[in-house]
Amino acid sequence: MKRTVFRNRWLPYLLVLPQVVVTLVFFFWPAFGSLRLALYRTSPFGDRLIFAGLDNYTRLLGSGEYLQSAVNSFVFAFGVTFGGLTASLGLAVLANQKIRGLAIYRTALLWPYGIAPAVAGIIWLFIFHPAYGVLPYVLAAVGSFQFNWLLEGWVAMLMLITAAVWKQLGYNIAFFLAGLQSIPTSVLEAAQVDGADPVRRFWRVVFPLLSPITFFLFVLNMVFSFFETFGLVHAVTQGGPGHATEILVYKAYNDGFVNQQLGTSAAQSVILMVVVIGLTMLQFRYAEKRVTY
Amino acid sequence: MAYPTRVLGPVLVAALLLVGSRPAAAKTELSWWHGNTGAIGDRIAEIAKKFNDSQADYEVKPTYKGSYPETLAALIAAYRSKTQPHMALIFEVGTQTMLASGAVVPVFQLMKEQGVSIEGADFIAPVKSYYSKDGQLYSMPFASSTAILYYNKDMFRKAGLDPNKAPATFDEIEAASKKIIAANASKCAFSHAWPSWTMVEQMHAWHDQPFADQDNGFKGFATQLRVNGEFGVKLWDTLARWQKAGLYTYGGRTNKAEPMFTGGQCAIQVTSSAFMGAVMRDAKFEWGTGRLPRLGGYGQGNSIIGGTTLWVMKGHKPFEHRGMAQFLKFLGDDDLQAWWHQVTGYLPISQSAVKRLEAEGWFKKHPNHFTAFDQISSGKTTANSQGIRIGNYQGVRDTLEAELEEMLAGKKTAKQGLDDAVKKGSELLKEFASLYK
Amino acid sequence: MLVHAGLIAVIALIAFPLYYAFVISTQSLGEVTSVPPRLTPSWHVGENYAAAWVKGKLGRLLVNSLVMAVGIAVGKIAISILSAFAIVYFNFRGKQVVFWMIFVTLMLPVPVRIMSTYEVISTLGWIDSYWGLTVPLMASATATFLFRQFYQTVPDSLAEAAQLDGAGPLRFLWSFLLPLSGTNIAALFVILFIYGWNEYLWPLMVTNSEEMRTVVIGIEKLVPRGGGEIPEWNVIMAAAMMALLPPVAVILFMQRWFVKGLIESEK
Repeated sequence: MKRTVFRNRWLPYLLVLPQVVVTLVFFFWPAFGSLRLALYRTSPFGDRLIFAGLDNYTRLLGSGEYLQSAVNSFVFAFGVTFGGLTASLGLAVLANQKIRGLAIYRTALLWPYGIAPAVAGIIWLFIFHPAYGVLPYVLAAVGSFQFNWLLEGWVAMLMLITAAVWKQLGYNIAFFLAGLQSIPTSVLEAAQVDGADPVRRFWRVVFPLLSPITFFLFVLNMVFSFFETFGLVHAVTQGGPGHATEILVYKAYNDGFVNQQLGTSAAQSVILMVVVIGLTMLQFRYAEKRVTY
Repeated sequence: MAYPTRVLGPVLVAALLLVGSRPAAAKTELSWWHGNTGAIGDRIAEIAKKFNDSQADYEVKPTYKGSYPETLAALIAAYRSKTQPHMALIFEVGTQTMLASGAVVPVFQLMKEQGVSIEGADFIAPVKSYYSKDGQLYSMPFASSTAILYYNKDMFRKAGLDPNKAPATFDEIEAASKKIIAANASKCAFSHAWPSWTMVEQMHAWHDQPFADQDNGFKGFATQLRVNGEFGVKLWDTLARWQKAGLYTYGGRTNKAEPMFTGGQCAIQVTSSAFMGAVMRDAKFEWGTGRLPRLGGYGQGNSIIGGTTLWVMKGHKPFEHRGMAQFLKFLGDDDLQAWWHQVTGYLPISQSAVKRLEAEGWFKKHPNHFTAFDQISSGKTTANSQGIRIGNYQGVRDTLEAELEEMLAGKKTAKQGLDDAVKKGSELLKEFASLYK
Repeated sequence: MLVHAGLIAVIALIAFPLYYAFVISTQSLGEVTSVPPRLTPSWHVGENYAAAWVKGKLGRLLVNSLVMAVGIAVGKIAISILSAFAIVYFNFRGKQVVFWMIFVTLMLPVPVRIMSTYEVISTLGWIDSYWGLTVPLMASATATFLFRQFYQTVPDSLAEAAQLDGAGPLRFLWSFLLPLSGTNIAALFVILFIYGWNEYLWPLMVTNSEEMRTVVIGIEKLVPRGGGEIPEWNVIMAAAMMALLPPVAVILFMQRWFVKGLIESEK
């Protein structure tokens, strides 16, 4: 906690006002809207409104499709997070070497972060295109592997994970690089004097120092793959084949926006909000701890 | 409208001060939402421009609002917050939702109220019945299509088949496909787009089989899907069997499979008649069309309508109603209908437009343009083939397609897949019906 | 040497999708759909890019995307600096309430609350306006969180010195804290600019007229859905190239501050 504080009766309120107003109007108001809507069954155009109590929730939690989409979300999120973090940590370590042209390499690794998920989806959709995409062609030619993501759920999932990892790579690398560069050289030199080989040096000295960033990125990537990948799924698989790539956010969108089941969709929103708030708390407790040492 | 007042407000005020106290008579804007991109989106813009140039009072403004389902969803969201457009082109899937909504001004009512009649209102029966309730027209037929069969004549030749004869039955498709694969004329013999529409909805109507109870929802709210009968199972079994034999390639949902035909990678494809524009433009091979294939031993129904119709939304001023009535009259014009059919491949929807096209010798010169119309006017309209009018239609379609995919991936048999689809789909139907009890 | 080779190989792999997209944007539709796929650029650059520009009305859309991205970035940074400052440097009644109210929204993404947010926007009459495009997306606490983190690392002695000099809180914020926050602001600007630029579902819903669309939607619009159209992949990719250029350029130009800002906010 800061010891030095300014004293002023009204200024602090004025300073937080814009953020509080924006939060109230664009977070709390809609959130209560969803909470309320989740208690009803409504016709698409809103001309019929039938109170349903907690029906929407019980039906959701009892539906196999909803549970499957939860499982899909976890598979997808863990795939993206672990795949992405492993790849980007490796690349960041490589790019952090004292070698010539470092800045150029770093730049070349960073840029995919700038690409919109929807645009990334379109690019990958074309690469994976069953009729004239390059990847199915190569796979069919090399291993006579039928890259049939239109029917094979796990292939479609793998494809989405690849695209998401690719898109997130630059961002993860940027953070890992930042972390690596903030490790004092004296620490590394000391470890070197101890005579540890590079691999052990990395796991014993560097990785522990990176763990705050790793945790931060873990949460961030989980949130990204749970929620921000909507544009990607929307552009590439639309949740298919079957329901194999229907992740929670996509289902909430699809049920509410496409199939006009506003009540169940609102209930899904509420459940998702609870999940996000949980993740936020987790991040928070951890971040608070970190600040204190 | 927030945007004009907020952003243009000051500009307008300044302009008024310059011009004087009386603003020049501005055209009344009529917003028109749609879900068409590409060439068809361009044609829609062209229609709006033609109308705008034809009179001085109204300015029809078309706006793309996403895919067909997204357009409907955007319309609903807008209506709920009272920012709805004047008119919207909504796909056939949304028909029941729109009819039940109480959010639209029925077309017949609008025309009566304004004392305007549509010149080409003698719509062909399948189109008219799809969009009418109690014999009255509720939405303006616009872009209607149906499913037909396309085939690659070059591949047929290579496989030693008669290129001038389209396969007419599933048996003929199977025989042709075997030859095509054996002759290595193509790796993919048979495929289709819009899986639920072509391989469930159309096929049931075409063979006079029920899709749902209550005459597919025309008599009242349907609450039970009927597609897991002996016919449906036989049909899906056939697909699964063909897939194992390498005769059939699943090409994905919506129209994702279509490029396989135009790209010359698949010999036979069942999809929308409105695909023809793209085939004419992109196919670098000789091609032909035929009617939907028949499965032996079942009755004759008819193929059903797909595509979009124009709905007039409630909540607009009398003067705007007048403009919309004029616009609908403009759309119903024979010349426009004939032109629309020629440039897009959508069905000519009024008998007078058909007569005009016949008089010009259009169908003789373009026999492929005749296929869809010929098919739909030769079928039998029965309780099972006048169309499908169900609530939560998109959800039912999603369910059927997901189950088809699971079956083709070998996770379920045809019977299991259809049973599950009926179970889940009927829940969706009941859900909708219970709202309007 | 091995490191160089490894890096180059990885970079090539990462860059391949973009290269492929570029290649396609230079080919005719016939070349695009040919099998086997052609991996070398062709000569149809001019016509594809012109077609994308005209068909997608990209000029106007790029302006809108720019307004949206910059609006969100600047707005969010501004309100966050103020509220983080209040939370760190003042004690006031209800601070705990305010604190939790803001931070509970830390990671709440738009798609989760989209339907109800839409209703709020239409109640406010903000449909189809720049207000509707930007303000709702400022309702997240990520930036506030980062500034709060950073202010807490600023030594107390600085504020004490400022107070001895007779500087009030606003003067302290303006002349002492802001200059120190430069790299943080830059890093956040990059992140938020990209976030705003890349948003898809929200602008699709909240805009009605074509003049208010953003470029990401413009590209989706070029991909036909239904109606029997074959996607013109070459034109679509040309539009995609133009749409991804600005955010990638922002990253490239600002990457020095970006990485530096991340280091500092992570300390």
